[in-house]
Amino acid sequence: MSERAKIIAVVAALVVLVLYMQFGATSFVRLVITQALIFGILAMSLDILLGYTGLPSLGQAAYLGMGAYVAAILTTRFGFGLDWTFWLLIVLGFVIGAVTAAFFGLFAIRATGVYFLMITLALGQCVWGLAYRWNSLTGGDNGINMPGRPDFGLDLSNDMNFFYVVLGFFVATLAALYLLVKSPFGRSLVGIRESELRMRMLGYNTWLHKYVAFIIAGGFGGLAGVLWAFLNGLVSPEDVILATSVDALLMVVLGGPGTLIGGVIGAGLVVFVREYLSTVVEWWQYVLGGMYVLTILYLPGGLMGIPERIRQRRAQAAGAVRAEAVSTSH
Amino acid sequence: MDAEFWIIQVFNGLSYGALLFLLAAGLSLIFGVMRIVNLAHGSYFLLGGYVALTVIWTTDLWVLSIPAAALAIAVVGLLMERLFLRPLGFDPLRQVLLTVGFAFLFQQAALDIWGGDSLDITPPEALTRSAVIGGIYFPLYRVFMIGVAVAIGLALWLAMEKTRMGAMVRAAVDDSEMARGVGVDTSLVSMFIFALGAFLAGLGGVIGGAFLGVYPGLDFEILPIAFAVVIIGGMGSLGGAAIGSLIVGLADNFGKALFPEISYFTLYAPMVLILALKPTGLFGRE
Repeated sequence: MSERAKIIAVVAALVVLVLYMQFGATSFVRLVITQALIFGILAMSLDILLGYTGLPSLGQAAYLGMGAYVAAILTTRFGFGLDWTFWLLIVLGFVIGAVTAAFFGLFAIRATGVYFLMITLALGQCVWGLAYRWNSLTGGDNGINMPGRPDFGLDLSNDMNFFYVVLGFFVATLAALYLLVKSPFGRSLVGIRESELRMRMLGYNTWLHKYVAFIIAGGFGGLAGVLWAFLNGLVSPEDVILATSVDALLMVVLGGPGTLIGGVIGAGLVVFVREYLSTVVEWWQYVLGGMYVLTILYLPGGLMGIPERIRQRRAQAAGAVRAEAVSTSH
Repeated sequence: MDAEFWIIQVFNGLSYGALLFLLAAGLSLIFGVMRIVNLAHGSYFLLGGYVALTVIWTTDLWVLSIPAAALAIAVVGLLMERLFLRPLGFDPLRQVLLTVGFAFLFQQAALDIWGGDSLDITPPEALTRSAVIGGIYFPLYRVFMIGVAVAIGLALWLAMEKTRMGAMVRAAVDDSEMARGVGVDTSLVSMFIFALGAFLAGLGGVIGGAFLGVYPGLDFEILPIAFAVVIIGGMGSLGGAAIGSLIVGLADNFGKALFPEISYFTLYAPMVLILALKPTGLFGRE
């Protein structure tokens, strides 16, 4: 598919989604879809690290958590973010995610491979530990109940209104990250993923490139966190547990790393299983666990990699037929 | 805060550390030999507790439940390594996600078999008493936990130092490629280490079941703590796992008693610093 065809496909999918939300979806399904979009933002932020830069972060939930807790603390303590200041809160959520990542990155970026996994896991657990134990600030295990959604002329307590706001941020994130990965900076990230040594030889400051990518990913994680706080109405340590970070990784790997939109598809599937299927059947965790195992065993390029694999297989088959024709003609 | 406070906290920290050692020793060896981040290790711990409960319910023999559960979990670990992890090849991210997948599958299976209630393993009457020394009560079960960990630790140390398999494991930790070059069957070593790690985690689950309880969610609660032990102590070394367990056990106890609001932070922040400054851990092999 050409780039233009891809963009048209994404726009068409979003139009179908909006039509379905407006005319088909039940109120519960609307919430699930809105959540899928928010986790789609988180998955895309992680894809910048995992898919484009080759950094498998095992702590992306930390930034979601920072955004969510900032939203919860400011709205409950100061009523901040419940009117037009919502837009400031969004900016603040982005900034707190980015600043946290800027701090964490100082420790994490030097590590490679399995050590990067371990150190991002530990950093994520630091945030979880504070959320879980710092009772006076975070409400501890019980978390913080949100006082409601903002109303700035447009009342976001209406689920459809809130959906459109989330959709706006989703599209903006997708567009921004798309431009980022197509930019020279994005190209050099891919270069680092393919061969960091070669990029360093070419004179690139690879540490700085990775560091900036880490901060950008943290910022969009924080943005997703603010939206998630308002959607869920509760911010608790559950949001920053290891399983959330691992889920985010699965979303990207399942959809297809290095494609942005793959992470969104993965987010849709994971949220569907966790939030929707879990209300329908009791054995939903078999589906979730099975998704992990089967993705790793049978989908190395994720769902977005399937067309490419089919093409390769066809090419191989065609090659084999041609080789046979050549050998029989002799 | 008098002497009694300190003695009790140190004792509690030691006994918790003893439990962590059982859980983390295997994880450390797995990490050291194979560089696998096994996120199903907490599940081995939880499943060990559950299997032990079934053995106790059917035979009424607590003593039997310990080896039975540990062996059952060793088989689970062995199968996972042979059927799934070994064919996968070396790719840390894919290994992590595969082991998480199994952790979720185990979680659901445990829920279906043993239900969602919080269960408890009741040790024999004799171990539920307390010893009174100098007016301070020491629960005998905690003493027993320390004893088991010391015994297992010594047995493992002897096995590592004195047996051929132990030498092969040490060689594989130091330099896996070189070990293969001089004829060590690293595939066999990996299989052995994975089964041993699962065995120890299952054993820890039985011992810990009377102490922490056996309930859904315990697996992912205990898992990051085990990683903190592995990282702080340094992976691939038994001595490191022992010292890491003590540090984490004591830090956890004193953290909760002295500054509860940041007690988990004080556990994971050192883990971050060690990974950033000396990734092989305080006592890891270079």
